[in-house]
Amino acid sequence: MLWRAFRKRRELTPVQDRTAAIGSRDILLFSTLRNERVRLPYFLRYYREMGVGHFLLVDNGSDDGSREYLAEQGDVSLWHTTRSYRKARYGVDWMNRLLRVHGQGHWTLSVDVDEFFIYPFCDTRPIGALTDWLDASGVKSFGAMMLDMYPKGPLSAHRYHEGQNPIEIANWFDSGNYTITKNQTHGNLWIQGGPRARAFLAGKPAKAPALNKLPLVKWDRRYAYTSSTHMILPRGLNKVYDEDGGEKTSGILLHAKFLDTMGQKAEEEILRREHFANGAEYKAYHARLKAEDPDLWCKWSEKYINWRQLEILGLMSKGNWA
Amino acid sequence: MTVGFVMMCHDALDRAAQVAAHWARAGCPVVVHVDRRVSRDLFDGLRNDLAAFDNIRFCERHACEWGTWSLVAAAQSGAEMMLAEFPKVRHVYLASGSCLPLRPIAELRAYLAARPDTDFIESVTTQDVPWTVGGLDRERFTLRFPFSWKRHRRLFDAYVRLQRRLGLRRRIPDEIEPHMGSQWWCLTRQTLSAILNDPRRALHDRYFRRVWIPDESYFQTLARLYSDRIESRSLTLSKFDYQGKPHIFYDDHLQLLRRSDCFMARKIWPRAERLYSNFLSDNLASESRAEPNPGKIDRIFAKAIERRTRGRAGLYMASRFPKDGWENGKTCAPYSVFQGFGDLFQGFEPWLHKATGARVHGHLYAPDRAEFTDGHKIYAGALPDTAALRDYNPRAFLSNLVWNTRGERQCFLFGPRDQQKIVEFLAEDPNASISIITGAWAVPLFRANRDFADVRRAAARLQQVESRQLAHLRRITTKARVRIWPMADFVDAPMEPLQSIIDEIGPRAPRRLTEAPQMHDLTGFGQFLQNLKNQGMQPYLMGDFPSGDETDAATTPEWRKPYLVG
Repeated sequence: MLWRAFRKRRELTPVQDRTAAIGSRDILLFSTLRNERVRLPYFLRYYREMGVGHFLLVDNGSDDGSREYLAEQGDVSLWHTTRSYRKARYGVDWMNRLLRVHGQGHWTLSVDVDEFFIYPFCDTRPIGALTDWLDASGVKSFGAMMLDMYPKGPLSAHRYHEGQNPIEIANWFDSGNYTITKNQTHGNLWIQGGPRARAFLAGKPAKAPALNKLPLVKWDRRYAYTSSTHMILPRGLNKVYDEDGGEKTSGILLHAKFLDTMGQKAEEEILRREHFANGAEYKAYHARLKAEDPDLWCKWSEKYINWRQLEILGLMSKGNWA
Repeated sequence: MTVGFVMMCHDALDRAAQVAAHWARAGCPVVVHVDRRVSRDLFDGLRNDLAAFDNIRFCERHACEWGTWSLVAAAQSGAEMMLAEFPKVRHVYLASGSCLPLRPIAELRAYLAARPDTDFIESVTTQDVPWTVGGLDRERFTLRFPFSWKRHRRLFDAYVRLQRRLGLRRRIPDEIEPHMGSQWWCLTRQTLSAILNDPRRALHDRYFRRVWIPDESYFQTLARLYSDRIESRSLTLSKFDYQGKPHIFYDDHLQLLRRSDCFMARKIWPRAERLYSNFLSDNLASESRAEPNPGKIDRIFAKAIERRTRGRAGLYMASRFPKDGWENGKTCAPYSVFQGFGDLFQGFEPWLHKATGARVHGHLYAPDRAEFTDGHKIYAGALPDTAALRDYNPRAFLSNLVWNTRGERQCFLFGPRDQQKIVEFLAEDPNASISIITGAWAVPLFRANRDFADVRRAAARLQQVESRQLAHLRRITTKARVRIWPMADFVDAPMEPLQSIIDEIGPRAPRRLTEAPQMHDLTGFGQFLQNLKNQGMQPYLMGDFPSGDETDAATTPEWRKPYLVG
């Protein structure tokens, strides 16, 4: 893993390197993106308000102005590559490379531009409160299930405007149709389900995307993400769950993928053949997206309110943090 | 006469300075102990910040390590300096740099002035302490602990084991009766000076130097020798989690802390700006003269421990995935499974719903789809009826359904025609209540107008499936509540079993069953079974149905009418 990351180092060209400004206790955010200009302003604002100190981003060949926009931001360091996202194992190699060089000793948050991290008390405590508490508890990694959010009505019925909180549009989710199995090799949980499994892949449940994620890690040079942020090595870091009946503290990644910007995105991804399993997931969406502009909403969908709601529903847990 | 604070600091020195200044301004002397491992620069910075106060002193610095004598030594140095340099101090309050006063100093002063001879120190004998972590309570005083628990855990544990095995014991000095308690105390000058000036102090110190976590026992034990008025509680609100780590207070605890009426709280997150600015403000409203009442905070933290150690029963999620047998409940609530009832009765589901108010589904594990109540395609929690998704993880399907419908009893039909993978889970789940009329699967075959060779084949297969299932449910490991009636017995006297089922589910208002569901017409069923036998199949799960006319006589029109029971 580390070797792969090392080999991929030349693929990244710095566009704007402000890493010298990183403070020793800063919480760092790592992400790879492509053509996300319209989503970026809110994304940056959300994580700045949470208390992220610096953004380390890889731009994978954007041509919509994302790169120029990011290069202007004072708390962003930006790298550029036009190499294959798929061959870099969906960006993991690039992320591992940056994490290794800049993440050492920091709490690092690895998320996509459409993922919004939620943790217990996130409305009253900055992320530094969480990481200080994790430090005091001797915990090095923090789990969060990805929760697919969707609007009520067809995707195209709501227009997303720059700077807007996407959760205002995609504010519904499935609360209780997830399945979990334990991956005996890597020790992580494999969580599937949600609207994608229900609406797009009902006939092929095994193909449904993994929803287990480890976005927050106190980074060390020896660590490496192995498959997106679903799994990490060494395997002990994957054990963010309790097996004796108790609940560990955990969060949620609100996944605001299902917006009107998605149809276009899916088309682009198919053409690029750059996504998982040669885009099996994307092909399934695309078929549906093209045919019927799907409405993922159903009468049992739950409307998002706040983290406490997610806690009560059992999607995340305060654990021992009070 | 006043109270003086000995303050133990090792990090977040800016906050410590803020609190020390607050006390000093209110006229309370402060002696600050700074961990020797804190850098010279930081220490000098703190000293400069507080240089303006002539009632703040810095005592000799010790390098402090958790669980060791160094913490006691630091407290001793601080207390000695306090007693020597501030003769007006009557009570000495031991605090940490992450403590925050919650009530105006004047109130604490008044409280202590009204109790001039009382020592506030939690001091409990080892037999009565429920909260030690790691199982070392009495042994803290009788074993030796030369290895660091934090840095050399293995050596620490190994040495403890070795001493236990060899039966090595330290002798506890005669006059000492070990007591333990919170390390944050408030002692009178009289008691404190007696402890520090005791001619046997060298002996005490030598003994406690080798005791495990002496800062929780040194003063707590020795105070018992000299004080005749001990209030065994700490004036500092300090809660610990299940690992013995202190809980931390944040801005959102503001109201809770305010209402606790405690004098001091620990530990405060250094960046809890609202807490610091509120409680250190000079115009902090002095509302109450109440006794400290941390009850509500206690409950919140007790709940956190409960959640961390036992969790929510029946919940499977990203941070709770119990091993087999560790679930504290495989599902979150009781539910009922009915086998054969749907075959024997017409409209059993609406009848059961009416009688009990419970949610009654059809065959949730039917081969083609999950038959949710009222024909729903998707049900609570956005659980779809798709067979492929359900069969991908049959257990998760059921535990999800029961979790998603918390507060409402779920019932569903089951039978040998359904997906059988869930049977094992049902059998092991104490929340499952399974009622089976064996052999009732034959009724639809009997009523169907099918080629008899097909019927015979189907009957043989269903009988095989059901008998395997029954064998499973009759295992000694079964935790579900299982009731089995051979069909013949059930048909003979259906009211009693039905009543017991209704009673168990608990109808909205307990009442006698007045209306039974309507049973299918069984005229000719006995002959049907005989025909199966004649074809070489042996239907035995139904019990004894007489063949021929006798059965026909028994199934008078009475069967077709709803039952009415007084």
